[in-house]
Amino acid sequence: MSKLIVTPAPHIKDSDTVSKQMRNVFIALIPALIASVIFFGTNALVVIITTVLSSVLFEVIILKIRKKAIKKSDISSSALTGLLLAFCVSSFMPWWIMILASFIAIAVAKHAFGGLGFNIFNPALAARAFILASWPVLMTTWLAPYAAITSATPLELLKENGISADYLTMFIGNHAGSIGETSAIALLIGALYLLVTRTIDFRVPASYLITVVAMSLVMGQDIVFQLLAGGLILGAFFMATDPVTSPVTKPGRWVFGAGCGFITMIIRVWGGYPEGVCYSILIMNAVVPLLDRYLQGRIFGCKRWNVV
Amino acid sequence: MNLLKEFYKGIFSENPVLRILLGLCATMAVTTSLINGVGMGLATSFVLILSNVIISSIRKIIPDKVRIPVMIIVIATFTTIVDLILAAYFPPLSKALGIFIPLIVVNCIIFGRAEAFASRYPVFDSFLDGLTKGAGFTVTLMFVGFIRESLGRQVLVMILPPGAFLLIGFLVGAMNLIERWQKGLNPR
Repeated sequence: MSKLIVTPAPHIKDSDTVSKQMRNVFIALIPALIASVIFFGTNALVVIITTVLSSVLFEVIILKIRKKAIKKSDISSSALTGLLLAFCVSSFMPWWIMILASFIAIAVAKHAFGGLGFNIFNPALAARAFILASWPVLMTTWLAPYAAITSATPLELLKENGISADYLTMFIGNHAGSIGETSAIALLIGALYLLVTRTIDFRVPASYLITVVAMSLVMGQDIVFQLLAGGLILGAFFMATDPVTSPVTKPGRWVFGAGCGFITMIIRVWGGYPEGVCYSILIMNAVVPLLDRYLQGRIFGCKRWNVV
Repeated sequence: MNLLKEFYKGIFSENPVLRILLGLCATMAVTTSLINGVGMGLATSFVLILSNVIISSIRKIIPDKVRIPVMIIVIATFTTIVDLILAAYFPPLSKALGIFIPLIVVNCIIFGRAEAFASRYPVFDSFLDGLTKGAGFTVTLMFVGFIRESLGRQVLVMILPPGAFLLIGFLVGAMNLIERWQKGLNPR
């Protein structure tokens, strides 16, 4: 028995590939992309293109330096990292900050740990945390849609002034915020596509959102507001479900999502920042190896859960 | 020649922070500016050199079983002296370094050298060992403090704790890379 090796790996293979999954996520992000260009204009498009191109460029350069073959999956995954990174910043971020952030995402958060499939932390969120710590003013100033005036996000308004936004505005995304997070409806269309095509597993976003609802009830917060506000939908469906940095086991995924929801609400209600999605996912990323190890789920053919 | 080699070892090939990975807490905590780094480096070097000399000179009369408490007393004595001198003559530096001056007592570099070197070798060798390792520590802290202070004006995160972790990680990686190149050029 001591020689028994437990692998959570695929024993049955199908035609699914990394680049295919990445393509599905890209397709799912198109509605949010269109919404961001409608609300924040061509500036948003410039930020997105800069970030995606520089991410791919850094990926190619680092693969060359590491003397690795450049595969389709590397290109598509780094482009997706760039897109997600651009989605969580404001539309007036200077281009050089976005290039530096792409470098942090690809070189530090991804390749310093061994490249695609080996990174502990979500590269886009790690880079976002880096630029949030470096340029706190730029990262907490937001533009109102259709206009060049600064405005606060609904979560900032709630935290600083106690004002709640109306649900329809938040659902459509017609309010200040980062490029890709504002439009709940566009993100939900994409999320539905991902769930239908089985690109992502429903467990992580489900337990994430359920925990946020439960925590809102316990803490006396407005449930619908908390669900629609900030980067929750973007984070729950597109970032927490990153196959590299989320658990592979089913019970691990439930716990992972619940932990993200718990930390998000703690930061939102009691923390110094108005939004906690980024940090909650990063913190839970760090415990993914533990979750995978201790919550392995029921092995086929066994009656009881195999909890080490 | 021998002296140069010892300094080379202290600063590069056996750098206490970047090669042996000791004293990381002090390195990360106080290097927010060049002057803090130099101050911390010199204070630690002072304690390191003098405790090495004292421990080496009494190494034959310390009973083996109580050598750790004896070392702690010697190191704590010099740390207290440094603490009081800094507070008396360099109040701003003393204020900036704060709790990390008393914490020199538990700096692993000093313990490591006392245990591994000073308790086995003669006084002058131990003095030299403290001097070179202290120089390595001071140079490293100066360098880290210089980079963090200059980058921190543009990129705020370099002044904050995450910047220290990132920078030390990069420097340790660079040292490993340099060592690999040296080994590749003249394989032993």
